Amino acid sequence: MSAHINHVVVVLQQVSLEEVPAKKLRLTKPSKSAALHIDLCKATSPTDALQYLLSFARRPVEAESVEGVVRILLEHYYKESDNSVRLKIASLLGLLSKTQGFAPDCIVDDAINTLNNEKSHQVLAQLLGTLLIIGTQLPDKIAVVQRLIDVACKHLSSTYFGVRNKCLQLLGCLGTVDKPLSKETDAGPGAQTSHVRDVQSVISDYFQDQDPRVRTAAIKAMLQLHERGMKIQQTIYNQACKLLSDDYEQVRSAAVQMVWVLSQLYPESIVPIPSSNEEIRLVDDSFGKICHMVSDGSWVVRVQAAKLLGSMHQVSPHFLEQTLDKKLMSDLRRKRTAHERAKELYASGEFSSGRRWADDAPKEKVDTSGVNLIDSGACGAFVHGLEDEMYEVRISAVEALCSLAQSSPSFAEKCLDFLVDMFNDEIEEVRLQSIHVLRQISTHITLREDQLDTVLAVLEDSSRDIREALHELLCYTNVSTKDCIQLALVELLKNLTKYPTDRNSVWKCLKFLGARHPTLVLPIVPELLSTHPYFDTPEPDMDDPAYIAVLVLVFNAAKSCPTMPALFSDHTFRHYAYLRDSLSHLVPHLRLPGRKQTASSGLEASGVGSGSLESAQNFLQDSLVRVSALQNLETPGAQDLLEFTIRDLLRLGELQTELAGSADFCATYLHCQLLLTKWLSFDDLEFLYSGLETQQIATIHNVRLQAKALQLILTARSKPGVDRVLGACEKFLQDVESFQRLFMTELPHFQDSFVEKLLELMPRLTTCKPLDLVKILQTTLRQSGFIHLKLPEQIHRASATIIEPTGESDNPLKFTTGLVVALDIDATLEHVQDPQTSVKVQVLYPDGQSHIIHPKPGDFRTPGPGRVRLITQVYLSHSAWTEACQIEVRLLLAYSSSSSKQSASKPAWNESMDGLPTSESCIEGTIHLSKPVKVFIMPKPARR
Amino acid sequence: MPDIKVTPLGAGQDVGRSCILVSIGGKNIMLDCGMHMGYNDDRRFPDFSYITQNGRLTEFLDCVIISHFHLDHCGALPYMSEMVGYDGPIYMTHPTKAICPILLEDFRKITVDKKGETNFFTSQMIKDCMKKVVPLNLHQTVQVDEELEIKAYYAGHVLGAAMVQIKVGSESVVYTGDYNMTPDRHLGAAWIDKCRPDLLISESTYATTIRDSKRCRERDFLKKVHETVERGGKVLIPVFALGRAQELCILLETFWERMNLKAPIYFSTGLTEKANHYYKLFITWTNQKIRKTFVQRNMFEFKHIKAFDRSYADNPGPMVVFATPGMLHAGQSLLIFKKWAGNEKNMVIMPGYCVQGTVGHKILNGQKKLEMEGRATLDVKLQVEYMSFSAHADAKGIMQLIRMAEPRNMLLVHGEAKKMEFLKDKIEQEFSISCYMPANGETTSIVTNPSVPVDISLNLLKREMALGGPLPDAKRPRTMHGTLIMKDNSLRLVSPEQALKELGLSEHQLRFTCRVQLHDPHSDNDTLGRIYTHLKSVLKTYSIQHVPDGTVIVESIVIKVTSSAEEPNLKVILLSWSYQTADSTATKKKKIQL
Repeated sequence: MSAHINHVVVVLQQVSLEEVPAKKLRLTKPSKSAALHIDLCKATSPTDALQYLLSFARRPVEAESVEGVVRILLEHYYKESDNSVRLKIASLLGLLSKTQGFAPDCIVDDAINTLNNEKSHQVLAQLLGTLLIIGTQLPDKIAVVQRLIDVACKHLSSTYFGVRNKCLQLLGCLGTVDKPLSKETDAGPGAQTSHVRDVQSVISDYFQDQDPRVRTAAIKAMLQLHERGMKIQQTIYNQACKLLSDDYEQVRSAAVQMVWVLSQLYPESIVPIPSSNEEIRLVDDSFGKICHMVSDGSWVVRVQAAKLLGSMHQVSPHFLEQTLDKKLMSDLRRKRTAHERAKELYASGEFSSGRRWADDAPKEKVDTSGVNLIDSGACGAFVHGLEDEMYEVRISAVEALCSLAQSSPSFAEKCLDFLVDMFNDEIEEVRLQSIHVLRQISTHITLREDQLDTVLAVLEDSSRDIREALHELLCYTNVSTKDCIQLALVELLKNLTKYPTDRNSVWKCLKFLGARHPTLVLPIVPELLSTHPYFDTPEPDMDDPAYIAVLVLVFNAAKSCPTMPALFSDHTFRHYAYLRDSLSHLVPHLRLPGRKQTASSGLEASGVGSGSLESAQNFLQDSLVRVSALQNLETPGAQDLLEFTIRDLLRLGELQTELAGSADFCATYLHCQLLLTKWLSFDDLEFLYSGLETQQIATIHNVRLQAKALQLILTARSKPGVDRVLGACEKFLQDVESFQRLFMTELPHFQDSFVEKLLELMPRLTTCKPLDLVKILQTTLRQSGFIHLKLPEQIHRASATIIEPTGESDNPLKFTTGLVVALDIDATLEHVQDPQTSVKVQVLYPDGQSHIIHPKPGDFRTPGPGRVRLITQVYLSHSAWTEACQIEVRLLLAYSSSSSKQSASKPAWNESMDGLPTSESCIEGTIHLSKPVKVFIMPKPARR
Repeated sequence: MPDIKVTPLGAGQDVGRSCILVSIGGKNIMLDCGMHMGYNDDRRFPDFSYITQNGRLTEFLDCVIISHFHLDHCGALPYMSEMVGYDGPIYMTHPTKAICPILLEDFRKITVDKKGETNFFTSQMIKDCMKKVVPLNLHQTVQVDEELEIKAYYAGHVLGAAMVQIKVGSESVVYTGDYNMTPDRHLGAAWIDKCRPDLLISESTYATTIRDSKRCRERDFLKKVHETVERGGKVLIPVFALGRAQELCILLETFWERMNLKAPIYFSTGLTEKANHYYKLFITWTNQKIRKTFVQRNMFEFKHIKAFDRSYADNPGPMVVFATPGMLHAGQSLLIFKKWAGNEKNMVIMPGYCVQGTVGHKILNGQKKLEMEGRATLDVKLQVEYMSFSAHADAKGIMQLIRMAEPRNMLLVHGEAKKMEFLKDKIEQEFSISCYMPANGETTSIVTNPSVPVDISLNLLKREMALGGPLPDAKRPRTMHGTLIMKDNSLRLVSPEQALKELGLSEHQLRFTCRVQLHDPHSDNDTLGRIYTHLKSVLKTYSIQHVPDGTVIVESIVIKVTSSAEEPNLKVILLSWSYQTADSTATKKKKIQL
């Protein structure tokens, strides 16, 4: 053993002698490399050596000792005769040079030298791979990169595909196109051209390699060049197009990408059409070619082609529209001449559609010289894609349609039929996707009756996702006739009776439908409300969801159709008043003729009466201005004013959903101000509202500091004892400092505020005694002005509603003690940031036990922007009860703030929190997000 | 030149009775053995006497391949194998093998039991015939014998339909049978790799049709059925028991479920249950959706579709009935049609192709009065709709398949002559390959250029590699030197030395000689000496030797001087060089002259 160690030391000294002697690190930390060396020397057979290397590779190596290890490995590399061991060493070299903090330029020479004597192709390929890694580590060492490129060019003529692959990869990752290669490296495959060539042309030579893997690698290398921002020349376009008909799937797949890249780079350049003397834009040509690939033999290529089509927005409209045309296309490229247009006319009857018998007898024999069925591949590409056997292809085709339709209204109009057809696809995912897509392009289109019919048929689908997506779609849909409205209403009501849980979604859908088509709703109002010119009809039941649905439709239509209210009967007005109050988010404000304002709140009299958003905003502004006139909260009447303002703001929030967030925020803020003397959580303010600006956050923090100061004073007064106060003081000062750190930029806005004063006094505060500090605080608090709120612009209140369970059921959920029962929860969340991590479900048992459940990320769905839907299951369990009792289920919003981070330990999954106060229990670090829902449960004792 | 010969016995410029003879590389293969629906006499079956007048077919045929179980592709099989006589192998896919005998038995029953025909094959014959069947798997290469191999590809069309590649040496033929390039509710699309056959034999039923998207057709179909049912009318859909029937069943079943319709759907004949059983079994042959969902629910277990009883046809109220056969030429569908034809509320939907001469063909062409047996006429008042649900490739599909397979020649069968003509022009112009469309009994021969495989010795290759030059490229020819040995039915290319050794021959050297006469008074030796010195001065770069025995050697060239006895001054210089150095010698000679 000792002999070995001596040997190591000798070797290490030799190594260090060759190098700069200052590198002592290797001598101080010889363990790793030394051990490796010993192992390798011990190894009697290649298998042993391999084992050592494998186990060595598992351990990390420090950056300092990498070079030493590399030298040892190299030394063995030269000695080793077994290919597999050399291969492993080569791969280890690559691995090592990736070590963080190690600059591999010192081993470049050695690595390149190893190439010269290597005979085995596999090892050679691996070594080139290692060089590739080294090269990517040193992108800015131009000399090194140039050498590597030279090496790659030299080995490009290898007979082994792996070596050529790696060389191409190297060229792709490191090569540059603007600089020609030096002359001596100019060794193409046989083509000993004398002129200087750049990397691109070298790579493109391998587009015709005999090995498909090399061809793929060549295209990939080219794509790599492109990704690195090199300008690819257009010259390879023809070659790339030829590769589209390669025998091998992976080549075609890469070639499709290549053609696409070129079409994005040179959309406007002109290419000739083979077999004719005409020319078209490159993007059109490549579009046709990629369209062709939609009917490729391999579905992987088909998916890729369909996807890429979606991003070719520059393509000419007539090419685009062909993709939906499966009829014989009589070469639209030649459409420019009148003669050819005439030919097209009578060639269009050439093929029958298969819908009618015997309409396929060939009419006249056309002069088919110009008719090109296959080469003009754009024809019907999407028809093929949408009919593909694999649903992956169909989905990509639907997505591509969407993206193209969004940029071209005329195309959107054309693809409508196809998308509507997709609603009947056999795979739900495809149906869902096509519904979403139709929603996205719905601004461009108007549905015809038959199309609507097909769309509405999907309302009976048993899948909730599909139905909801469809409701969402109907919200944005334009329809053409009043029959369509009626049809939609009938189907929606059918849907409502079949699936009562869809209530909210259906109502909302009708709201938009009504608001969008007032003129279409107008003629059918009497029918909808079942009014009669002479007879009084019975008053419908106000609690009937279907009746409410009809009213929502009518009222929303009436908003922009002043003649409509004339058709209402008396009870309709009453119902309006009721609904306006109870479902204010669904029923808009109406100016009703000959009637007094139904809502008689003082608010509306003071300016919101018009119901318009603008005036409401003005009102909000006014209120804030009024409040800002207050200088000090202690002025007599100031508190009253605040209270009134808060009330007004809250009411405004209820009436104007658009401003609810802002109004609520202001109200809560003012409320906090009012209640400064009490214990209050300010967390709500900061975390419950999204879209707050820093200044506003700073304001909240200011208030928080004030509260904390108050708290401090209170402690100091009530509990004499310096120790306790001392700790509290220190904490307070820390808070002040962190405030200063966080909101440095906002400080100018805090003229005359508590914080400003506090910061002025800071030097004094840190040195003085706790009791003095309390005194100072007291005076500052009294002197500090009231910071006025700027009208917040984009504030949304995070909110959640639990739709299910409804809490109305009287039947207890029975289960056996000790086992679990799953409770389905369905809730909508609005304006919650990052719901996956922040929303929890709390279950509160009557005995005060509280469980927090973290829903799975997959349970959150996003039906629309800003809205999230949580459909999850929570598991309940409890010991036996004598009778059924209610538990409370609610959603919580978890937050982490600077202040609460230290205190609130993250609650673990399902961690129970015993002994917390039951009613107002709020787990630390969370805010109540929804109202609690009560669920009857009944754990029964197990029967034996 | 070697060639491939194709003779259609049926299906040449015609639909029905598919039977095509192919001779390739000395092998004879029969592709499909079908019957014609339009005839009840001898024309029903292919004319096997074309192959041999008397005696069995076994010695003339190497194998028979059946593409799928439709009767126009397999109907004559028992007749051929048992009554004419064939004992060789019959290839078909597993589902075809399972379903084919059911259909044959059904066909036999109708012909023998109902029509009372004699001299027809018996049940036993069907069984005996099926014993000769060898099942095929998709993409499995089966060696029929040492040289002939066949391989099946998925064809869509019906369950178990296959396209077959037949290969002898490097010559190959692909026969498509019936195929479909657009997937449907229960089957996938036909697929073939780029096999570049010498000949692609394709069906061309819909040669002049480019169909609308299948979803349009489906929607139209459902709408028509729905409307008629809502009106209280009855819908008759004549189908063949297997294939489109299942497709339409799935379509209607899902529609009924979605729309919650109550009108009954019936399916005639007990065949269905047996057949549906096989559809459930061979779920791997269906499309992606059915394959993926069958764990939850097998799509072929219908909820709304019940078995039909003859008495139901007179029931009041709406109903939908699937009845066989599909062309309304006989059987239950014709019976029901006769019953319902008088009411204009009713509707018949022909979901596929109808052969000339069938009732289906007549009504589709708008005939309002039909002559029935016994001079009775039938007024056709019900609505007649046509909806192409045939799972055949349309023109675009055929083109797509050609593009996929890249054949060198094309041959169209199973279609109407006029339409074929049109497609033929199209193919020739699009792909610039020659396209044929032989009539029945007409032989087409296609000249092939088969490659002859030769083994090359590794040493020779290595030597060639060592010479340098560009890398070998599979797509470019390259010349090299070697000796071709043809021995024991094999070809080998070896180096000349090895060839000599192997064949036990000694090497012969070929030398060129040339005599030049000179007038020179010197003696022979002096003349030679002078030549030597002269050459030495002229050819400085070559090694020139003066050998004592009276010759000068310039590399491989030997120079001798002789003089005749009678004229000593006339010297004859003899030049001799070997074959290999012929070129360089010529140049050197020139230099000497100078």
